[in-house]
Formats: sequence, C-alpha cells, structure tokens
Amino acid sequence: MLSTLQPPRSLSLRRFQTSKLIVSSASSSVTSPPQSQILTTRRSLLSGETTVSEIAKSYLSRIRLTEPQLKCFLHVSENVLKDAQEIDQRIAKGEELGPLAGVIIGVKDNICTQGMPSTAASRILEHYRPPFDATVIKKIKDLGGIVVGKTNMDEFGMGSTTEASAFQVTVNPWDLTRVPGGSSGGSAAAVAARQCMVSLGSDTGGSVRQPASFCGVVGLKPTYGRVSRFGLMAYASSLDVIGCFGSTVADAGMLLHAVSGYDRFDSTSSKQDVPEFQSQFLSVDHFESKPLKGVKVGIIRETLEDGVDSGVRSATQEAASHLEALGCILTEVSLPSFSLGLPAYYVIASSESSSNLSRYDGVRYGNQVMAEELNKLYECSRGEGFGGEVKMRILMGTYALSAGYYDAYYKRAQQVRTLIQKDFKAALEQNDILISPAAPSAAYKIGEKKDDPLAMYAGDIMTVNVNLAGLPAMVLPCGLVEGGPSGLPVGLQMIGAAFDEAKLLKVGHIFEQTLKGSSFVPPLLANIA
Amino acid sequence: MSTTLLRTIQPNQFSLLATALFRRRTGNFSVRCCGSQTTTTHEAKQPSQSRVAPKNHRSNKLDEILKDYEAVIGIETHVQLSTLTKAFCSCPNNYGSYPNTSICPVCMGLPGALPVLNSKVVEFGVRLGLALNCDLSLKSKFDRKQYFYPDLPKGYQISQFDIPIASGGYVDLDIPLEFGGGHRRFGITRVHMEEDAGKLLHSDTGDYSQVDLNRAGVPLLEIVSEPDMRSGIEAAEYACEMQRIVRYLGVGNGNMQEGSLRCDVNISIRPIGQAEFGTKVEIKNLNAFSAISRAIDYEISRQALLYNQGQADQIVTETRLWEEGAQKSVTMRKKEGLADYRYFPEPDLPEVILTQEYVDGIRASLPELPEAKRRRYKAMGLGMQDVLFLANDVSVAEYFDAVIGKGAEVKSVANWIMSDIAAYLKNEKLSINDIKLTPQELAELIAAIKDGTISGKIGKEILFELLAKGGTVKGMIKAKDLVQITDPAEIEKMVIKVVSENPKQLEQYRSGKTKLQGYFAGQVMKMSKGKANPGLLNKILLEKLNA
Repeated sequence: MLSTLQPPRSLSLRRFQTSKLIVSSASSSVTSPPQSQILTTRRSLLSGETTVSEIAKSYLSRIRLTEPQLKCFLHVSENVLKDAQEIDQRIAKGEELGPLAGVIIGVKDNICTQGMPSTAASRILEHYRPPFDATVIKKIKDLGGIVVGKTNMDEFGMGSTTEASAFQVTVNPWDLTRVPGGSSGGSAAAVAARQCMVSLGSDTGGSVRQPASFCGVVGLKPTYGRVSRFGLMAYASSLDVIGCFGSTVADAGMLLHAVSGYDRFDSTSSKQDVPEFQSQFLSVDHFESKPLKGVKVGIIRETLEDGVDSGVRSATQEAASHLEALGCILTEVSLPSFSLGLPAYYVIASSESSSNLSRYDGVRYGNQVMAEELNKLYECSRGEGFGGEVKMRILMGTYALSAGYYDAYYKRAQQVRTLIQKDFKAALEQNDILISPAAPSAAYKIGEKKDDPLAMYAGDIMTVNVNLAGLPAMVLPCGLVEGGPSGLPVGLQMIGAAFDEAKLLKVGHIFEQTLKGSSFVPPLLANIA
Repeated sequence: MSTTLLRTIQPNQFSLLATALFRRRTGNFSVRCCGSQTTTTHEAKQPSQSRVAPKNHRSNKLDEILKDYEAVIGIETHVQLSTLTKAFCSCPNNYGSYPNTSICPVCMGLPGALPVLNSKVVEFGVRLGLALNCDLSLKSKFDRKQYFYPDLPKGYQISQFDIPIASGGYVDLDIPLEFGGGHRRFGITRVHMEEDAGKLLHSDTGDYSQVDLNRAGVPLLEIVSEPDMRSGIEAAEYACEMQRIVRYLGVGNGNMQEGSLRCDVNISIRPIGQAEFGTKVEIKNLNAFSAISRAIDYEISRQALLYNQGQADQIVTETRLWEEGAQKSVTMRKKEGLADYRYFPEPDLPEVILTQEYVDGIRASLPELPEAKRRRYKAMGLGMQDVLFLANDVSVAEYFDAVIGKGAEVKSVANWIMSDIAAYLKNEKLSINDIKLTPQELAELIAAIKDGTISGKIGKEILFELLAKGGTVKGMIKAKDLVQITDPAEIEKMVIKVVSENPKQLEQYRSGKTKLQGYFAGQVMKMSKGKANPGLLNKILLEKLNA
C-alpha cells in the first residue's frame, strides 16, 4: 500500500558530502559555559548597571555594523529606542519589570507585527503592514520585550536555505559563503551574530531546527498547539508552529514560556498548562555529579545510516556519549516509518499551502496587477507576486488534492502520518527523549542546492517527522565540523513527548552547560569586537 | 460573466487598509463603494404569508405533450442563520449595513487570521437537523471548498464535505387544496454548516466591480433534498415548508428578498416509464416561491418540447438564471464536467464533537413544528384550508393556540382569525404580533357572543377597536352599554311601538308584502341601538305582524 511513498532515488541521503569532525583543540581555550542573555540583561537592569536604552543602542549599532554583510533583517524597527525609553521610564518609576523587559527580539517576517512590514519575504506582500499583532507579539510586548525587526526567510517558509527570499540572501555568520539554513535563516543568523538576544521563527518541517544547527544556536520547536498561530502567515496549518531561537537553552526556554499558552483566537492551540521552565535552568555549580541520572535517551538508528555526513554522525555519537557521562541511559531505537516521512511531509505541506496561499489573489491587499479581466488579474498578480519555489509547491499541492489523485497522495500521506505518530509514541514510551542529528550535514555553500530542490528537500529528513507527529524538539549545538574559517557548527536534535518541553529544556540545559571544549560564537564576531 | 467584471477592482494600499480598519468604527469607510449600487431592498417586514399563486393556464397542446414526461426535482436551500455574530469571527451579523463596515481580519482573509467556530452555528445546525428528522453526526468536521472569486476572501469556503452535521431525514407537508391537495413526504439528503461569501457590486457602466465583504463569513445551513419532487408546485411547497420550519425554529428569518433563504433547483425530465434520469439543469436566482414554481414549469415545458421535437440532445448540463421580468430562464454557464473544488479537511478547526446530552437537550427544547401543528389542528376538526392558514405563520399559530388555550371554541377562533382579523392585518399592513387584542380578550369576546351578552354584530364592531387600541371586552361592553337585550318583555315593548308607529307599512305587510318584515326589524334594532337579540326580535316581531 505505502510503497509509492518510498523516497525516490534522487532523494537519497548519499548526496551529502562527508567532512571530518573537528576535535576540540581549536576552541579549547574557552572554559566558562554560555550565559543566558535574558537573565544577564535582567540582572544588569535590576542593579541599575545599565539601561534598556543603552542595551538597545548597542544592539542597533551591532546591526548597523554587521547587517551589510549578513542581511538577516528585512526591516529594522524605527521604534526600538522609543520602546526602550518607555521601559526605562517604567523602571525609573519603580514599576515591576516584565520577564522580557529590555530583551531585544528578532521576529521572522511571516509573523504579523502591527504597522510594521510583514511580508513573509514575498513580493506578493511587499509593503504590507498588518493592522494587528500576532498573539505571540502581543505577549512579547506585554512582557516588556522589544521587537527589533523582521528577519529574512524563505518565501512563506518554503525552503531550507533562506535563498528563496524574494528580497535578499542571508549569509551564515560562521562562513559568509554559506547558507544560514532555512526557512528561519534570518532569525537563526541574527541570534548567532548577536544582532538580537533571541528571536522567533516558525517550523513547519524543520525551519527552526535546521538553521539553528547551521548557525550554532539553540532552536526550540514546541509541541503543535503550545503556541498560538494567530498572526502567523500559514504555510501548512497542521504542521506550522512558532519556535524560538536563543544563544542558550535558557534563553530559548524563557522566550517559549513567554509566548506559550491557549489562545481563543487559535482553535488549534492547547489548553494544557504551561509549566514554569525557569527552575530547570540551574547554574552549573549546583549540578550533581550525574545530573541526568536515569534519564532514558533513545538514539534513532535510521538517522545515523548512510547518507549522513560522517562529521555529523561523529558529533552526534559524541553528544550521545556526553549524555551517557551525565548519567543518561542510552539505547538505540528504531522508527520503521522514518523514511516515509519526507514524501508524506511534502505531500501534506504542499497540499495545505496550495490552499493557504489562495488568499493572495491581489483583490484586497498585496501585489495587484491591473488586468482587463478577472482570470488575468489572478494570473498576473500571483504570477508576478510568488517566487519559483512557492509556485512549485502550490502546483504540487493542487495536483495532490485534485479529484482522482486525492486518495493516492493526500489521503495516503495522512495514513503515513498516523504510522509515524504511532512509531514515535512507542519509542517515547520506552524513552524520555530521542536524539538524532538536526540535519544530515553542516551548512553548505550558497547556491549549492539552488537548482536541485530534491537534494534540498532531502536535507529535511531529520526534522519533518517531528512535525508530522506534532512533537516538541530542540536543536542545540554539539560540535564543529571542518569548513569555513573556524569550523562549522553541528546541532543535536532532542525530541520529547507531547507537551514535555520542560524535559527537553532540562536535559538540553545540563548538556549545554557541561559540554566542554567548544564555543559556539561565530568568528565574524571576533573581527567586529 | 467574469470577463465583464473587475476591470478596476482596486487594491487598498496597505497604509489605507490599516487606517480603514480603525476608521470603520466611525462608520465612514468603504472599499470604493458605488452608492447607486447599494440600493438593495430594505423591507423591514417579512411577508407573513408564504403561499404559492395558482399556476398559469397552459395550452392544451402542451398539456398533451407533458402527459408523457415526468420531472425529477431536487432543491438545495441555503438558510442564513440569525446569529448575533458571524460563523468564524465576532463581527456583527447585520443585514443591510453600509458596505465593508462589518468586517475584520478573519472575514477579510488577512494573512495570519484564523477562524474560530461560533457555537450557535452548531446549535442551529442540530436544531434544523432534528426538525428535519435527520440522523446527527456526533463527530463531524469542516472542510475547505476551494475556488477563486473576488467575493471569497480566503480563496476557499469553509464548509462540510463528506461528514455533514445531519443527514438522512425527511419533511412532511400538505399541498393546498387549490393545487390538488394531498400529503407528501420528501427526503432530506443532508444538512451542513458553511459560511457565506461576500457580494460583488457592479458599476452601472459595467466596467468595474467592487467587493462588499459584510456578508462574508455569515453562517449558513445548506439543506439538500432528495430528488423527490415532481412539479413546480411540490417544489414551491417544499421551499415554503423550509421557510416555515426555519421560522418556527427561530434559526433564521427565512426572508427570500434579502437572500436569507435561497433555493437552487435541480431538474431533469424523463419519458414516463424510463428508469434512468435525464440531463440535469440547475436554476438559480429564484427569489420567491412563485418564481420557483413558475421557473420549474417553464423548464419542464422547455425540456419536454425539446424531447418532443427530437432535440433532446440540446438539453445540456448547465446553470440557468430565472428572469422574473421576462418569466423565463436563460443560460448562465454551461458546465464542462464536474467542478473540482479540491475539498480537504480544514486544518484550522478541530472536529465538531456533540454529546448525546447536548443533542437531547436541544431536542427537548424544540418547539412544536409545522407538521405536528397541522396534524393537531386537523384532529381538532378543522378543515385543511383552515389548518394550512393557521399553521402557515408561526405567530398566527401561536396566537391561535393561545386563544383556544383560554377555552374558546376552536372553529369560532379559526373563523375570527381567518376572516376579520386577517382582513384587518392585510388592510393595515400589520403582523399578528402588532395587534393590541390579547388572546385572552379574543376568547372573552367569543364567549360574550356565545352566551348572548352581546350580539355578533356588536362583537364585530368592538373587535376593530380592540385590535387597534386594546382594552378589555368587559370594560368596553360596560362603558358603551352594549349588553344585548334578551328580555322578551322589553323587546315586545319596542316591537309594539314600531308597529304602531308604522300603520301604512303594516297594512302593506298584511296585504302580502311580507318583505317589509326586514324594515320593521331594522327599525326595532335601531331603537335598541343594535342591542336587541336578533332571534328574539324576529320571533316577537312575526307574532305581532301576523296577529
């Protein structure tokens, strides 16, 4: 029955070149574990050491310096300093500080920000300014966070390199000739380059986790329904989630806490309680000798087979060893449906996107081409407004939903989705978390896969299954492989049970704070500093 | 059709749109709306009668042809629900608002906006489903029906495809006597929930069109019938019954002029005896029950003539538009195969799960429905014409029930409502809810006549005052001294007086001109100020005249 969904030969993982794992010598001088920028900011504001205005100014000047090379932002807010001053005044008046007070936040351009351009990096929405804030933005603003700007992405989230932006190509701060990953490449690169403290992305098939891996930052994809999608421009509604980037696990976790929770404007958001994550972020001095004693970790066999870059494989295995050293019980698990995920994902995501993008018709807003008759108006407005990748996916999705094909594609893909959910459920009944690489390789060169979409799609194999199952997953840097001026970061993916982000954060934080030998600050920063 | 539209549908610049959304609260925002376009009917009153006019006479020759064919008719009815807010957002559900003043990011289909289901829509769906004797799906879902049109903001309509909220029901109705009478049962295939689209306003010159999204997202229930109807009358009566049920249930106003109740008719004919169906034609733009009936009769004749002339191949699958002015239908679009709407489950909305308790609660709260009312009235001994009249309008039926609830005699109540009160309502253009006469007082009035307190004539006179001004029957009888004179001695006195004052007429009467009895009776009645009991009066008068 399901044989048609086996990945075709061209989707094979063998296409990825191999590289060697860098042994820690290059960065061995680094000793102290990474510090949460949110907590550091809060401490310095509370002590009066600095002001939000000063912080904002320093980030803005950093953006000015680095942006010409990196091109992470499609828009930088004109109100950053004004917002900062308002919070300073509130502090001066002795008002209580919101948990995100003074936190400088980048926001992916497919998340609506009132009055600020929000284009999903598409020509069809060029100059569009939404009349409302997404729920996550409202929450951030209520808690004192400052939206510094809108980050670049693959158009409507469709891509894995951020090269499919209609406006600009973002580069990887670790190596300016490489892609930052995608589709949330701007958000990942901006955090890596410390242009903002944390950022929001969206993850439909890995769009937070894969760029986090490529840029050496923490990327957290919550459980489907944990965060409201209201105000997120839909790509594939049943898979889309808003996710968080930070330079530490604690930062990503605290941002997630701020934006999580039931929203009456999103019927798919969950009423599950959002637990307090902050208690998970103990300082390293308080760790026991085996802080993760008894935590059962399953390493997914299918993610370490042929086709995965050898350096990536080694880094993952070393990360597994590190978890073992922290007290985890490591076993290998198998997800028999693993390889079916990629084609099922592309059928479902394309189908939903073909429907979700129908509203961009040039009638009410966005790019409109004047025409003599209705069909011409649609054709020209959409033809000129959408980029090639978007058009391809709309066509694929339209095809898959057409009468006579629905059963063979969409329906069968949904059956695969059920299988994948079952396999994950079984594996997570035996284990607390599952681990895998975040992507089959480290960041590749700009243009390398531009003309080979199937190769690019194959790169999503590590992440798409998690979206199909709706589970939470976190990617955090675990090593460096050869490439670029000082090596390229590689991420470890940790997958948890539904709504168990707290466990991912706990394990991730201890892993991060105890990982010796690597610092995940891109070399570019050294030149500017 | 689309080729003539939209030459200059203008986008709203973003900056403009953002301000517009705020400005609309002050009521001065419109998306390039053309004033002359918006003169839609604003009839405040619903037509209280939903009856079909008798059919036109047809030539004998046509009747001869028609005898050989049978029509197969099914109807899709769209019922706009009278919820306070739209189906998937909190915009007010107002008919007749200034264009684009009842809109928000959700019903405009702005990027990032998501639908949230109005629970009233489900409640109304369950009510209607139960009223139509359907099986309810305790687990149903929404789907997206996809097509492009400027009045459809999202590029898809949220609807229900393979699992409607209700299915497999039927409706019973009685055909009025003037159309041959008889009881009918028509199958209901399904009832499903969906949202309405906006409206296009076309310029007078025809070179541009504008979009009004006030109606976008207004909740609808679509009722699909089985192809059980065989004539225009049956179809029109089916539609009447849908309107009655919708109004009885209070789920919508059922107003056809406003488009709150819209019927699309599917019709084919086949030679009598043939098993397979003929080619199906859809007719739209039927804004009155009479239009449904006439459009179907027209279509049956058109198809029968084509058959008869050996041109059956000219009957094609198409959508035809009924033109009320010309009393004929014209081709709107010919369909090449089935439209592919690429339905798939709506991922933004969870499944609709109903508990049995919820359904039972709604079932218990259902009012008595038209069919049950008709059967009850029939059992009371009323004739079918009275039954149909009284049960036709829920307000009339409730009034009738209230009066008989006070113990008044059924037939008299029916007569009063159907004759004098109906005539008054018609003259004054009022509905029964507008009259000041309470059911209690109508019962009193009937009782006062029955027990002889007042005469029927006086009763009619005070009826109109009670209808217009209210008050009590007892109070009015007392104030106007209207109590009937039933004392034979008193009447005899008046008779003697009248007879003695008219010797000439008496002589004429006694010489054979007995018609003059009426003259004497009138004089006595006049003297009694109309209060003399007519029976008694005539009896005594005859005695005296013939003495």
